[in-house]
Amino acid sequence: MTAPLLELRDVCKSFGGIRVNDGVSFVVREGDRIALIGPNGAGKTTLVNVISGGLDVSQGSILLGGHDITDFSIPQRVDAGLIRTFQITRLFTNLTVAENVALAVMQKKGITRKFFSSWIDRPNIRDQWMQILGLLGIAHLAAARVSQLAYGQQRLLDLALGLALEPKVLILDEPAAGVPSDESGRIIEAIDRLPPKIAVMMIEHDMDLVFKFAKRVLVLANGRLIFEGDPSAVTHDSEVRRAYLGTYADGRHTS
Amino acid sequence: MSDRLAMEDRRSSRLPFPAELGALVAMALAGLLGYLVFPDDLAFLTRLIGIVFLVLSLDLVTGYCGIATLGQSAIFGVAAYAVGNACLAGLVDPVALLGVGMVAGAVMGLASGVLVAKFQGLPQLVLSIAVGQLVAAMANKLSSVTGGSDGLAGISPGPVLGIFNFDLYGRTGYVFSLVVLVIVFVILLRFVRSPFGLLCRAIKDDSLRARMIGARVYPRLILMYGISGAVAGIGGALTAINTGVVGLDSVSFERSAETLVMLVIGGAGTLWGALIGSVVFQIFEHYVSAANPFHWMTILGLMLIVVVLFAPRGLVPLAVSVVDRIAPRLGGKS
Repeated sequence: MTAPLLELRDVCKSFGGIRVNDGVSFVVREGDRIALIGPNGAGKTTLVNVISGGLDVSQGSILLGGHDITDFSIPQRVDAGLIRTFQITRLFTNLTVAENVALAVMQKKGITRKFFSSWIDRPNIRDQWMQILGLLGIAHLAAARVSQLAYGQQRLLDLALGLALEPKVLILDEPAAGVPSDESGRIIEAIDRLPPKIAVMMIEHDMDLVFKFAKRVLVLANGRLIFEGDPSAVTHDSEVRRAYLGTYADGRHTS
Repeated sequence: MSDRLAMEDRRSSRLPFPAELGALVAMALAGLLGYLVFPDDLAFLTRLIGIVFLVLSLDLVTGYCGIATLGQSAIFGVAAYAVGNACLAGLVDPVALLGVGMVAGAVMGLASGVLVAKFQGLPQLVLSIAVGQLVAAMANKLSSVTGGSDGLAGISPGPVLGIFNFDLYGRTGYVFSLVVLVIVFVILLRFVRSPFGLLCRAIKDDSLRARMIGARVYPRLILMYGISGAVAGIGGALTAINTGVVGLDSVSFERSAETLVMLVIGGAGTLWGALIGSVVFQIFEHYVSAANPFHWMTILGLMLIVVVLFAPRGLVPLAVSVVDRIAPRLGGKS
């Protein structure tokens, strides 16, 4: 088994008196395909925000490649290879598709400190963003503005931005949410084709997608990790069933 | 619009500096036209060019980075005072004085950036006004440095490159200012298309997303403020060199507000908008205030309303979209 890439140790996050993440610990290894599931309000998105640096942890620590990154800023975590996408796509809407990805490529290479002349069409930069757009099947949209794209295409572009940053760990927050079903196939296909070395963790509600994608499933309920294991075992786990059927604990959660 | 621009880029990509070359020629021609149309009013055109720099500098922070500021003239004014004092202290070479203005503007820009770029939205706007008011108040109080309300007078720079004396008709001043403008504008066109320029546009779109691709947003914005300050500083320097006086008006809130108006008229985020907006506004103001000294402010206000109603994104984006619509019908597009 490979060494842990990302490791959460007893991570807690509270807002006022409310504990949204409660003692979450798990390990992500190179090449992992993990699904993080759980009922609404379980604290999944909060956990992703804590991991990616959008929120500070209240307690516990986060390690990446063995180094403690708990106090790292968002850009420092990105530099270290911890990349996320968003539940509702966040893109640079006034830039073109090519500019979006090229910017991420150039940022990774440290070229955004260059003050003179356009770099976007220089061969080494161009090859890289063209290759990423090709991998996701949106190369034909390179010159289009983000505001002209269909939502499914925007989700693919969000993924492209993540890839351009050469992630070690890629966290996808509901990558197919809000996408019409006829387009979601393209996204699943794209996720399938992600470079195998990257560790991918996906938050998802769509169980079909979870079973298709995940080699390991984590279930979060009321902020606590209640299951970690094989996808085939998750539906038989009594605690997970209780969490989803709404009788878990004292029934405080919403769905 | 962007498609068309992208297409133009590709079409002319065989030339090394196509857009820049076009800008250079167009501006030189416009400058010559100005010289021919206003032969007796070159002083007006020279003042106009000074303000163009101020509007360009505002475009860099507002149009490209999305920073709301009403304190840009503070940078312009500080640079003008610095140049005035340098000249009175014996540094009379105009090119060296430009350098002084640039450095003073850059320093003032960095200082403003440290404060203003820290915040967003209304707090940012209020801070920019506060910085501007602070500088204006200091300019008024520190009369030993600024001449107070009398202004700093008697600035008389030496000949340009040791050859061309500043003449009574303002020919040297005009040509000098125009040449500096063309050079700076062409450099800026190249600068805004750089990776750094692209990052700034991305920050304007969504600063959190920019952090999520690893960008250090705050330091980048401060840096852009410094560059913008250098551009404003050149404007301040030219104004001091050409008019020979620096008054409180150069740091005034009104000037900052007018600068924003000129940028909005032309269209933010293209540089061309800043250039054309400031030229159109000032020429309009010049004519209308001469033709009707009592009601020119009213007429100016009406013009603003009309422009904002019919071209909310500014004159340059409007012109581009009109050309976009007409060009295919004329078969002008390949």
